[in-house]
Amino acid sequence: MLRFLAMLALAAVCTTALAGAPAPARRAEILHLLRQDCGACHGLTLKGGLGPSLEPAALAAKDADQLSFVILQGRRGTPMPPWGAFLTQAEARWMVEQLKKGLPK
Amino acid sequence: MRFPVIAALLLGIAACATPPPRGTGDLGLVIERAAGRVMLIETSGRSSLGHIEGLGDLSHASAVFSRDGRYAYVFGRDGGLTKLDLLRARIERRVIQAGNSIGGAISQDGRLVAVANYVPGGIRIFDAQTLEPLSVVPTGAKVVGIADAPGNRFVFSLFETGEIWIVDASDPRRPQVRKIVGVGKQPYDGFITPNGRHYIAGLFGEDGLALVDLWAPQAGARRILDGYGRGEEPLPVYKMPHLRGWAVAGRYIFLPAVGRHEVLVLDSVTWTEAGRIAVHGQPVFAVAQPGARRVWVNFAFPRNDVVQVIDVAAMRVVKELRPGRAVLHMEFTPRGEQVWVSSRDDGAVLVYDTATYAELARLPAQSPSGIFLTSRGAMTGF
Ligand code: HEC
Repeated sequence: MLRFLAMLALAAVCTTALAGAPAPARRAEILHLLRQDCGACHGLTLKGGLGPSLEPAALAAKDADQLSFVILQGRRGTPMPPWGAFLTQAEARWMVEQLKKGLPK
Repeated sequence: MRFPVIAALLLGIAACATPPPRGTGDLGLVIERAAGRVMLIETSGRSSLGHIEGLGDLSHASAVFSRDGRYAYVFGRDGGLTKLDLLRARIERRVIQAGNSIGGAISQDGRLVAVANYVPGGIRIFDAQTLEPLSVVPTGAKVVGIADAPGNRFVFSLFETGEIWIVDASDPRRPQVRKIVGVGKQPYDGFITPNGRHYIAGLFGEDGLALVDLWAPQAGARRILDGYGRGEEPLPVYKMPHLRGWAVAGRYIFLPAVGRHEVLVLDSVTWTEAGRIAVHGQPVFAVAQPGARRVWVNFAFPRNDVVQVIDVAAMRVVKELRPGRAVLHMEFTPRGEQVWVSSRDDGAVLVYDTATYAELARLPAQSPSGIFLTSRGAMTGF
């Protein structure tokens, strides 16, 4: 019974996490943006360039909300531009999840 | 019976595989950055001669050429330095020289290749023939805008510390460094004028550029086009502009304004602003067509599907082209009759006639970015 409840709870958490996830076609666009346009500064494999590495190891200790905030708002005084005009909050959040997991090859 | 036929066929193929001698003056390469390979091209027949694979991470990759136009040195993001033999269409040598590199330069005498690195910050100098490492100049900051200067010198800027360094590599194992400090906030790229005299760094953190006269480096750097933004808030920059000696069209130098939909025109006699031209988006490259009559401009995300052409005499945009999605680079043949343009998201390299703007050829390519022709091998600052 306890196990069953725990599983239910887990399922609930997973669905919330996925609630705002972008549709498949949009996901492909976001991944393209990540590799190509973010890659222009962070490196095509996101190992870092003018901007720091966005690989899972580099982001592991960082808060997902703060990372999506940086993506949407940029960071003043640095070349990191705000992407809020091109990405919704849910999309930025999904992006951060992908980054933390590591992009599919 | 079948065997000899096959053997004869194979022999025939082997005989065909020995190519007739040819020059390299019309050769070049296109970086196919997603595939980690380059496409070899020739501009006489405007065709692809095949691919060279196995070059690693080629985001932001660039290339320089040996003085005989036979070899290309490709600088990859993963720190890879690859020497290609264009005539044999193969990798001649390859070394992984640092964690993260941004570009490089070849010395005036062609004997040295310098690679500029982000991590660990600094430049590394290699023997151009063997790729044997000769020396390291650590900088403690990201190196941007490296260019070769007369006297086997390399000049570059440091992003975090706002410095321009001049490295004399006449004795390549003991390079001599002259540092010019306080040139301005966050230099993002730099270039040397085609005559090899002036080095100019663009600043990201301030409205202006830093100018060094290499005939009098002891005088330091001076600020030019100071406050060109006139105090207005710059737009967000989704792609850093690129600077190189191609910006020079006669007396004028055409420069991308950072965070503005403008090309700035700098008078290279008085070093003052000679005008500014409103354009379609934030310029990434402003490249003078050989002959200096026109300047071609491409743009940053999200306005990157357009190329505009500025007439230098009229100082205004006279033509707009739509080569495809995500136009990343433009390269002219040495006499300027053709321009090669890469469209990353359409997976194509397009060739235009610069007199009529007619599309002459369209070659399929995988995420093409930079296009580099061997004529760079004969130019200072390339
Ligand atoms: C024009 C260059 C540029 C582009 C394009 C760019 N970034 Fe950045 N980014 C930077 C720089 C530089 C920093 C470091 C800012 C600093 O010094 O704090 C940064 C920082 C970040 C950070 C914070 C990392 C950390 O460890 O705190 C994230 C996350 C990030 N970028 C994601 C992105 C994403 C996602 C994109 C594409 C949608 C993108 N960036 C596009 C230059 C860029």
